[in-house]
Amino acid sequence: MIETCDQIFVLLLHWLESFLPASWQSVAGTVLCAATIVCLFPALFALAVWLERKGLGRMQNRFGPNRVGPFGLLQPIADGIKSLTKEDIVPFSADAALHFLAPVVLVVTVFMGFAVLPMGRNMVLVEMDAGLLFYFAMGASTELAVFMAGWSSRNKYSLLGAMRAIAQMISYEVVLLLSSVVVVMITGSLSLTKIVEAQNHYTWGFPHWYILTPWGLAGFVMYAIAATAETNRSPFDLPEGESELVAGYHTEYSGFKFALFFLGEYVAMFSISGLGTTLFLGGWSAPFSFLTWIPSWIWFFSKLMLSIFVFIWLRGTLPRLRQDQLMNFAWKFVLPMCLLNLFVAGLWRFMGDGWLRWVVCSAILLLAYASIALGEQRRKHVGPRSYRYAE
Amino acid sequence: MSLVFYLIAALTVAGGLAAMLLKNTVHCALALTVAFAGLALLYLDLDAQFTGFAQILVYVGAVAILVVFAILLTKGSETPKDGVFSKTWLAGLAVAAAVFAVFAWSILQSVSRLPQAAKVPAVTVQQIGVALIGRYVLPLEIVAVLLTVALIGAVIVAMHEKEGGAQ
Repeated sequence: MIETCDQIFVLLLHWLESFLPASWQSVAGTVLCAATIVCLFPALFALAVWLERKGLGRMQNRFGPNRVGPFGLLQPIADGIKSLTKEDIVPFSADAALHFLAPVVLVVTVFMGFAVLPMGRNMVLVEMDAGLLFYFAMGASTELAVFMAGWSSRNKYSLLGAMRAIAQMISYEVVLLLSSVVVVMITGSLSLTKIVEAQNHYTWGFPHWYILTPWGLAGFVMYAIAATAETNRSPFDLPEGESELVAGYHTEYSGFKFALFFLGEYVAMFSISGLGTTLFLGGWSAPFSFLTWIPSWIWFFSKLMLSIFVFIWLRGTLPRLRQDQLMNFAWKFVLPMCLLNLFVAGLWRFMGDGWLRWVVCSAILLLAYASIALGEQRRKHVGPRSYRYAE
Repeated sequence: MSLVFYLIAALTVAGGLAAMLLKNTVHCALALTVAFAGLALLYLDLDAQFTGFAQILVYVGAVAILVVFAILLTKGSETPKDGVFSKTWLAGLAVAAAVFAVFAWSILQSVSRLPQAAKVPAVTVQQIGVALIGRYVLPLEIVAVLLTVALIGAVIVAMHEKEGGAQ
């Protein structure tokens, strides 16, 4: 029974495939899985938008959407219908072909990333030896879509927003890759399925998740920072800073094309959270050995939604960074720490089992963090806050 | 030579041609990206996963962005009035044809010389990594040093200009 619950989607797929002739089965199975992914994540997107508006409302002492349906739950549907029926305006001097292609390319590349994410035991669309590399290749392609959107609009705000977005995405992509490399170093494989399997062991009831090691915790923190920046979420939402740039690279988009950008942003959030879950939080494995009877896909999606909640929480808490702070933070703080973390992971691998490696690895990381952070703070002369009031 | 190969080849060649013939420089850069992506697909068609994904990551993700940044920062995105074709296009055509002929000749020669391997070897990413760190470690390190030198050089060029402006 437990086994059936765990594998229910796999069994369902095999049952549906059995109606087709044998030569069609693999093709039909792939199409069905892809269709499921393309339907499931927009549905989750609707839920996440509702959650974000409600959650932000709660944090800002207001109600959030509360008119359409119970607790405003039908608000996403109303928004969807609205964006579908709105006029699609293309600026007169815009590059019509690129202006049309940009949201399409963005959404397609964002959805491609899900192909290699294991969403449960045996639940991965394409089993790839170089799965992680595929994911990053697809992630890197979204930058081009952002550029196309910003440039083709012929609007200075769009172009500025696109330039900011690309500069930010390139800087933080380095961090994103380097912080994930430690996982590959320890697992010895780029296959995401193997990475999850390597974490799916238990000692005294606790899992072998990578976040529960010194280098894994440091890697996860840096991955989370880079992921927030990569998806242009607050506090790294400069590319669409409303007060300066109207709406950044999608200023000139309206109607359904704008909805596609919105969808792309949220789906990218899901996919990057999914990858973080897979790399550091044990993917679909249960957090304690006595909870392994709960189906694996429930764990994956719970961790996914928890990450989304953290994204929303951060947005409700932190103010936006300045452009120079953003760049300095990436290149002068996070990148050196990432490089150090690579060294620490190597040390961890070759020091063998025992308590000594825990002490040494933690000490190196903590000392480096303290020295860089304290040095930065001393250099900047952060004094007590002073206020000036208008006369 | 399957249908997939012809489709990808047509896409790649079309991208390359568009990169050459289009008037707007940014369009050219984006067409070049299509050619890069086509090449990546060709690698994937040959079961070379690592090379294919690395091609997308490096060329589509980084080189294409670098090219469009360069175009935008150098005010080259406006279409020139006197056409995009160089005056020495005939000589260029001759050189290109000669290079193509040499390549084609050498490839056709190599097909008959090499033993016809019936089985395609399945190379995993791990094997590529071991080969890079083991047998090919010297070329790898030379490339690494070269890239570091290029990076430092770029920084120095950018810094020098700034100091001159300040004085």
